[in-house]
This record gives sequence, structure tokens and C-alpha cells, in this order.
Amino acid sequence: MFSFLIRRVLQAGLVLLIVGFVAFSMFNFVGDPIDNMLGTERTQADIDRLRTQLGLDQPFVVQYWKFLANAVEGNLGVSYRQGRPVAEIIAERAPATLELATVSALFAVGVGVLLGIYTAIRRDGLVSHIIMSVSLIGVSLPTFLIGILLIYLFSVELDWLPSFGRGEVTDLGGWTTGFLTTSGLKALILPGITLGLFQMTLIMRLVRSEMLEVLRQDYIRFARARGLSEKAINFRHALKNTLVPVITVTGLQLGSIIAFAIITETVFQWPGVGLLFINAVQFVDIPVMAAYLMLISVMFVAINLIVDILYVAIDPRLRS
Amino acid sequence: MSELQNTLSFGNRLKRTWNSDLCWRFRHSPVAIISFAVTLLLVLSAVFAPIVAPYNPFDPGSLNLMNGFTPPSTPNAFTGDQFLLGTDDQGRDILSTILYGMRISLFVGFAAVSLGMFIGVTLGLIAGYFGGIIDAIIMRIADIQLTFPSILVALLIFGVAKGFTPVEYRDEVALWVLIIAIGLSDWVQFARVVRGATLVEKNKEYVQAARLIGRSSGSIIFGHILRNVMSPVLVIATISLALAIIAEATLSFLGVGVPPTQPSLGTLIRIGQGFLFSGEWWILLFPAVTLLSLALAVNLMGDWLRDALNPKLK
Amino acid sequence: MTLLDIQNLTVEYPSRHGVFKAVSGASLTVEPGEIHGLVGESGAGKSTIGAAIMGLLERPGHIAGGTIAFKSDLISGLDAVAMQDLRGKKISMIFQDPLTSLNPLLTVGEQLMETISLHLGLSQNAAQQRATALLERVGIPDPALRLRQYPHQYSGGMRQRVVIALALCSEPDVIIADEPTTALDVAVQAQILDLIKDLARERQVGVILVTHDMGVIADTTDRVTVMYRGEVVESGTTAQVMGAPNHAYTKSLIAAVPRPQVKLKRFSQISYGGRETRFAIEDIARNWTRVETQADTPLLSVRNLEKRFPIAKSIFPGHSTYLTAVDDVSFDIMPGEVFGVVGESGSGKSTVARLISGLYPLDKGTVEFAGQIVSDPRDKAAVMQFRRDIQMIFQDPYSSLNPRMRVLDIIAEPIRHHKILSGSALTKRVHELLEQVGLGAAAAAKFPHEFSGGQRQRISIARALATQPRFLICDEPTSALDVSIQAQILNILKDLQDHLGLTMLFISHDLPVVRQMCDRVAVMQKGRLLELQDTETLFAAPQTDYTKELLTLMPHLEGLSDEGLDI
Repeated sequence: MFSFLIRRVLQAGLVLLIVGFVAFSMFNFVGDPIDNMLGTERTQADIDRLRTQLGLDQPFVVQYWKFLANAVEGNLGVSYRQGRPVAEIIAERAPATLELATVSALFAVGVGVLLGIYTAIRRDGLVSHIIMSVSLIGVSLPTFLIGILLIYLFSVELDWLPSFGRGEVTDLGGWTTGFLTTSGLKALILPGITLGLFQMTLIMRLVRSEMLEVLRQDYIRFARARGLSEKAINFRHALKNTLVPVITVTGLQLGSIIAFAIITETVFQWPGVGLLFINAVQFVDIPVMAAYLMLISVMFVAINLIVDILYVAIDPRLRS
Repeated sequence: MSELQNTLSFGNRLKRTWNSDLCWRFRHSPVAIISFAVTLLLVLSAVFAPIVAPYNPFDPGSLNLMNGFTPPSTPNAFTGDQFLLGTDDQGRDILSTILYGMRISLFVGFAAVSLGMFIGVTLGLIAGYFGGIIDAIIMRIADIQLTFPSILVALLIFGVAKGFTPVEYRDEVALWVLIIAIGLSDWVQFARVVRGATLVEKNKEYVQAARLIGRSSGSIIFGHILRNVMSPVLVIATISLALAIIAEATLSFLGVGVPPTQPSLGTLIRIGQGFLFSGEWWILLFPAVTLLSLALAVNLMGDWLRDALNPKLK
Repeated sequence: MTLLDIQNLTVEYPSRHGVFKAVSGASLTVEPGEIHGLVGESGAGKSTIGAAIMGLLERPGHIAGGTIAFKSDLISGLDAVAMQDLRGKKISMIFQDPLTSLNPLLTVGEQLMETISLHLGLSQNAAQQRATALLERVGIPDPALRLRQYPHQYSGGMRQRVVIALALCSEPDVIIADEPTTALDVAVQAQILDLIKDLARERQVGVILVTHDMGVIADTTDRVTVMYRGEVVESGTTAQVMGAPNHAYTKSLIAAVPRPQVKLKRFSQISYGGRETRFAIEDIARNWTRVETQADTPLLSVRNLEKRFPIAKSIFPGHSTYLTAVDDVSFDIMPGEVFGVVGESGSGKSTVARLISGLYPLDKGTVEFAGQIVSDPRDKAAVMQFRRDIQMIFQDPYSSLNPRMRVLDIIAEPIRHHKILSGSALTKRVHELLEQVGLGAAAAAKFPHEFSGGQRQRISIARALATQPRFLICDEPTSALDVSIQAQILNILKDLQDHLGLTMLFISHDLPVVRQMCDRVAVMQKGRLLELQDTETLFAAPQTDYTKELLTLMPHLEGLSDEGLDI
């Protein structure tokens, strides 16, 4: 078990190194940083000075190493567009995205797993068929369209909930939260559902198909032949076995919530890192893009490690 | 050969296909028939848009700004012109823009899925068949890419490509960049499934029989294994098509997709969003409904195919 | 008092091709302490009866007629809740595959105690004591410790014991055992059958033992019911049915069973239901080009074969652990000889076949064929010629033919690859081969799934004969087939050897089959060649203890009728 986790940590490190390399390559090869940072009025001396200052005259490997070292220290470069340190901009924006992602993730996992179990156990019931059909519409409806429809219905027509922004936020020592005010909480509802809906349908469909697969296994037939009740079979025997594959995919889905936040944040003008990123893409603001990429990958690696630990906790075969 | 051909005439083959399990299931599934019919209708009307569409929305000569914001099936207050689905701010017929827009959406979708499928199936076959270090490298790359949701990968590729292209060419290459971005973000699914199926197939005795004869790895992979891993590929390709259409719409909606000179369904929705709150609901609604119908029909077909091709569910 | 009384049971599966009757009008009874064998070939409906008793028929299957009574209470047609009360409590079931019958995420103790508490309503402590006692009873050493372990920590045989313990939790009156030993090695198989026998005597449990294996029936059961295509054809005491069968099908089935005690010239083929298919060996022999060989020099000699497989890979070189699957194996095969290799699973016998055929690369050793070293892949010409001269018949007729290729292309592939024929001559040749193996030229246009297991094995044989090989490797060629089909295929192999002088390497775990087929036999255990003897000598006077043990574990089949045997 220990070697399994060690191997996973090493793999995670490898992933970060590769992502770091991609980010670094973007810096170096996409456009000319000097071009981007200096205006059109520049002297050769300016260029040389900046070149030395940025370390662009040094060998590739050294530059890469410095880039990584800087990134670890939180020095992610300066935004071409805003002229401020990227780390500062991201720190300012991150709480908005993280709060939105948490709300959506709870919604997606909670509702998704419950509906998945329900539709698997009552696979031929009318309600299950309705849920499955509706879920297919959910998968076919692009996130941005869901957002627009929700805004139209609940903000424009009914005027119950705000259509953009975070509402009133409280500053807790650098972390701005919307959890503590009514308007902040209200502002979270629509974007939270918009972001979580697609993941929820995916999780639900996954739980359902995995559970149906488990229910076909020999040990379930044998449990039935021993006279165990349907309840014991479904919840004691089938559910735990269903969770093993579900956890991996759910982990991945949760990670992608942060990335999908890009769309939701655009629709709701939510002041998070996703909106920051999409603006960066439009203006080819490479340092911001690279930093966002690394931020996402760190989160992913963290989520994957947690998933691995959960895996070991659930499956005894990995423990020996 | 002639003798064989005679015993299996075209009519016979057609009859056998008609009676095959897959066809039988298709004929007995209303959902499958309807979704197939809707998809076919939408694809055909997109392909033949220049013939079917009442106007050419990109011909400046046919535009009349006075026709702007005409509601559906109501005569315009100034010109008296009537449009089935209304017009947008510039007086373009919504129905025509939808038909032309769907062309772009479908083209991007098909091209991107073909690209992703080609790369994914090839790499999956190679990784699964040869195993070892080749497999490790390919699957590690796939794992890392899987870490990043396709929309993000597509955005990054898009951003990087934008950085490389001079401003004056950006519009021209945008469509191709979009196809590559979506295609490259979507090969992993194919590769993983094909690799898994290949691992199962390569241990079957028919592969050993072919090796025993002395067949080369290439002819075993593409002559024997490929045809046996195609059913899951077909299912993923269908579902990927729906996802690619949605991804294209999303990217265009975010303003990083196709240029406004060639609006796709996503672009139309983005334009329509601005008018939704001021009462011109039709500019958004009809493209949105078209997009939903297209994605839903393709998804339903994929869902049905997955069940129909799954031997365990018989 | 009769425990189970089944009368005129009919089970139907509606499908788009019409209603399929899996069981029609079957009757049988089970008394306390009796083991009732239910025997038949695949598709006979024997497992369906077991599932029908338990109320576990897979949808859309259902009981369409007849009655099932337990201790004179009618149980067919009970609702789900009432059935659940009966299942496990009064009637238990044991499945075929112990590897998949236990929940991998719960400890053996948890699974046992859950079932015990459910049926007997015992306290946690009492349930644990009973679970320990049960494990002890089914012969698991150190039961207190074993209770806390997970299924993956048990071997296959041990898991099947746990499955039996689970079936015994509530002192059931009837146990239905569905092929309980098919997935196990012979030695373990014998232990499990003994355990079932003991339990039946000791607790007066009635057992229905569903199996396809006549050896198991003859050695284990008290009464037997023979089924064919959903119908009971014969029923009676085991001694009577096996020794003096009345029905033609039972006779043909018994005559097809390979005998361990005596070598037959051919397997008898009392056909039943018009299933015999012609095999035109004379036609094949007429067109066969024989290569002259010297009778006293070996056609194939292997020297010091070795193959290791990595079990646990380590990132540090030298730290990986390996399993030596084949360890220093050498032997010669003379022209025209049938050379057998026997052993249990994991003995390395199949690996030897794959090393000789070049499917696995050798770690050490050489393979020499007709005086030429063929184990060096760099010698392309020698390898190419060798590929033409050897062919292989595989174990599983369902996986050895590419399901997405037409039979024409399957058989034509070796001919095309070696550029022997092309165009219409090739098609003609394939049609001839198909005629000769008894399938007819029309088979060329079909796909493998349109054929039965025995027919597929004939397609395999046609493919193997396509290049007119001199050496044939048969890797368990009949172990996936029903016994009557096995007899046909083995007769075909005998014909090939007699008429064409083909040399064969015959791999099998089934000693009676080996005795019928082989001239000399090598016994393998854990990758090593233990003993190499003329077949008759080996069976009469085995030299090593391991061989002696294998021979005692062989089914004895002493009471079987000799009618129709070609001795």
C-alpha cells in the first residue's frame, strides 16, 4: 500500500513537471515576451537589459529550472495586460471561484449519487425513466445555455435572484466570502446550479451504469441465493462495490468543475479566475494563462491524491 | 469468387442486414428511429442550406436593415416582409442563419471527431498491442491530458495558436484551429477505450493464430484487431459528436471560436443573448432550440447504440 | 419425506425469434441425504432447473408450467418476499466460479455473520462462534484468523469452501450445486466433492449436483437425471443409468466418455439427433503432398527451454520478481508420433507449446525442426519455412476465429500469407477444405458466430490444414467442448495422424484423453518436466509420486457401460 501511494506521489510530481514545462514553453515560444512587455518605442539597450533581467540569455534548462523555482515561491510573472504580478491577481480572484466550485461540487455529487442509486435500483420504474430522459437533455444542453435560461427565468421574469456578480462579500483577511451575507448566498444559487448540473448528470449516469454492472455480478446472485434482503444487497453489497470506480471519475469531474467555471463565470460575470483566464486567452496574456494552467494542475493533483487514498481505504485488495 | 458472389446477391445481403440484431432493435425502438430521423433531417438541411434556406444571410445585397428585429411570422412594420422565425438586428432571416450556422457547427463537429478518432484509435491500438514502454508513454500523456477538461485544453490550444498567428490571418485559420483544438482535446477517450479492448482482443486465440501464420504486427493490428474494437469506437464517436458540437458552441459563445463573419450556432446564441432581455427572444431561442435538438438527437442515438451493442444487456 | 418434488417443469424464454423452451416437462425428486446428479451437455437446461427452484431465473425467463414442491409445500409461483424467506434458509445454492462468488470488499467473516444473523437471529458473538465452527467444518485451518481476511487472501479451492460454508449458514435442507468444481484443478476438485458427499451423509441434506462431467456423476452421485435439449431423457440410480443405460442419447453420451483404463482404437459415435458430420479424410489424403522423413531422426527437438514471466515489476533493475514458467525442458518428437504433455494449470504445458511455435520469445534454449534451428528470429528463411510446416489448434473455438471475418478469409489467410495460391484457385481450395471437414462450401460466406462449438473447431482444423503442415500443435483442443463433440474432434485428429502421418504435440490436463490420443507422454509440474514415458508404461507403472497422485485423482468410471466401445 505504501509503495502504491509513493508511486502516485511520484507520478503527481511528474505531472506537475510536465505541466510546468508546457507553461514554460508557452512563455518562451508564443510570441516574444520582449515584444509583449516593451512598447514600440524601445532601444537595443532596453531589450538587452530586459533580456538579462528575465534571464532569456541563459541556457534553456537553466531558464526552466528558474521558472519552476519561481513558481514554487509564488512568483508567476507579470501580466502583460494589467502590468501587475500574476500571483496577486490570482489570489484576489481565487476565493470567488473556489466558493462557486465548492457549492457546485456538493450539489453535483450529492444529487448525482442519490439519483444514480435510485435509477439503478428502480431501473424499470416510471420515475427512473423520466429522470434518465431529462438527464439526457441535461447532457445535451450546453452550460452557457442553461445559465442564460436560468437568468431569464429567475432574474428577468421572476426577479428572485441576481443575474450577475457575487452580491455582497465579506473580507476575512484577504479571503472574500459570499457565504456570510444573504445577497452573497443568493448570488451563489444560479451559478452554482448552472456549473453543477452537467457534472451532476454525468455522475448520476455513471453511478447508475456502474451499479447496474455490479448488480449483474456473481456475488450479488449468490447473496440473493442466500436469501439476503434487497436492501442489504443494494446498500451493503452493491453500493460499496459501485463506489470504487465511481470515485475516480468523480474526482476527475470535480477537478473539471473548476475549469468549467470559465463558462459559468462568463455568463454570470462572476469575478473569479475563470473570467480572468478567458480574458487572458482573448488578449494572449501568456503569464496569466500559464499561471492558471499550473493552478489547475496543482488542484487536480491534490484531488487525485485524495482519490487514491480513498481508493485504498475502500478496496482491501490494494491494502495488502 | 464468382460462385460465392452469386450465393450472396445484393438483395440477400440487404435482407440479412435488415434482419440482423442491430437492425431489428433499431426497427423496434421508437426513440432510435426518431432521433435518427431528426439527426438526418438536420444534417441534410445543413448540407443543402444554399438550396433550402430562403435567403443567403451573408449576401449583403439581400439584406435590408429596415427588416431588423422582425418578430417571427409577423409582417415587418416598415417593409411588410414576413419571416418564419423572424430576423436579427441587421435584418437577417433567422431561419437562414440557423441553417448556415448549423453547417459550420456540424462541419467542425465531424472534422474534430474524425481527427480525435483517428489519433485516439491509432494510439490506443498501438499502446494496447505493444504494451511496455510505448504503452506507458502514451497512457501517461493521456492521463495528464485527462487531468485537463477538454474545454480548457481547447482554450489553451486556441490561445497558443492565436499567439502564433499574425493578426491578419487569425480569422482565416480560426475554423481550423477550432477543429484541431477540439479534436486534440478528445482523442484520449478513444485511446483509452481502444487500448482496453485491444488488451482483451490481443490475448484471444485468433490473434495467436495469425501470429503463428507469421503475419506482421501491423497486419494483425489493422487487419484483425481493429475491426473487433469498432463497436465501442462507434458509440464514443456518436457521443463525442454531440460533445464536439456543444464544445464548438461553447467556444464560439466565449468569443474564441469561429469568426463573426461565419457565425455558427454558438455565435448566434451569443448574439441573441444581448437581445433576450430587451424582448427580442426569438434571436436567441431558435438557434438554442436547434442546438439542443441536434445534440439531444445525437446523444439519444449514442445512448441507444451503447445499449444495443452491449452484449451484456441482451 | 421427499425434500424436493419437481413435476412437469417447463421454463420458457420469450425472444424475437419465438419462445425458447429451456426446460420442457422435466420431473425429478430429491430425498434427504441423497446426491442427485443432473447431467447433460451445454444447452440441456440443467442449470435452468437449479435457477427455477431458487426463483432466480434471469429475465425474461419464467416458469410456464409444472410445479416445484419443497417438503410438499408448493414453492413455484411464490412471490419475491416469500421466496426470499426460503432462499438460503431452506434451500441454498453454490455457484461455479469461487473467484467471483464472494464480495471482494467485505471480509469472509462479515459475509458469514451477515447471513447467519439474518437466518438464525443470533447475537454478534454467537454468530461469530458459529461462523468459526462452519469454517472449521469445511476444512479451513485457523478459522478465527481467516474470518478477518478478505476473499482475495484465499486460494480458489479455499474460496469454494467458504462458498459452501455460506450455503450451510442456516442448516438448509437442500443444496443446489451448479458445476461446483468445474473451475478447479483435479486435486482440489476431489476434495470439494468429498466435502459435499460428507455433508450430505452427515446432515441428511439433499443435494442437486448440476454438472457436464460424467466422471463427477459416476464418482459422486446416488441418483442421476440425464437431460437433452430441455427434456429429461432418463432417470434412475447412478449405477443403473451409468451401467445399463436405456435411452439412445444416454448410451451415446456414455460411449463418448474417454476411458482411463483402456486404449480405444476410435471413439464410438453412436449418433443421436442426427448430429454426426462427415470428415472426408480420404479426400484430404489423396491431395496431400507428403515430405519424406527419416523415421529414426526426431522431427522436432527442443533443448533446455526456459521462460520467465515478471510477476512484480520494479522500477529498479534486478528487483523485479519472476515466475519461471518453463524450466530447463528438453525432449524429442519423432516423425508421425503423437507426443502428449500433461499437467495441472500453471504447470507450464501451454507455455511449452507457445515457445515451440514462436508465440513467446525464448529466454534460453533451442528449438530444432527437421534438422534446422528455428528458434532464432534473425534467421528469417528458416522461420518462414517453419511457419508453413507447423500449425496449431487452439482450446477455445469461440476465441480462436476472428468474429468479424468470413470463414473464407479465415481459412484463406495462411494460404495468402505464404503465397501458395491466389484468386479463384484459392477460393476453390477453401471450398474443398470446407467440404472435406464436413461443413460444405456454402460455409465460406458465413461468419463464425453462425456455427456451433464443434463446427468452429472444424473450421480451425481446416485453417490448420490449409498450408499442408507437417507438425500440428493441439493445445487442449477439446476441453471447451461437450463430450460427444469431443469424441468427433478427437477421431478427426486420429485420422489426420493415421492417414497423413502428421506429427502432433498434444497438450491436455485430461489424462483419459491423453491415454486415448498419445504415443508418449511427458508430465510437467511447476515448469519442470518430471517424467517422460510411453503412454501405456506411464499409466501402468508411473515412476514419480506426482504422476501416481495424478493417476489416483483421475475419475475411475468403473461402473460405465461398455456398450458400443471400439476396443
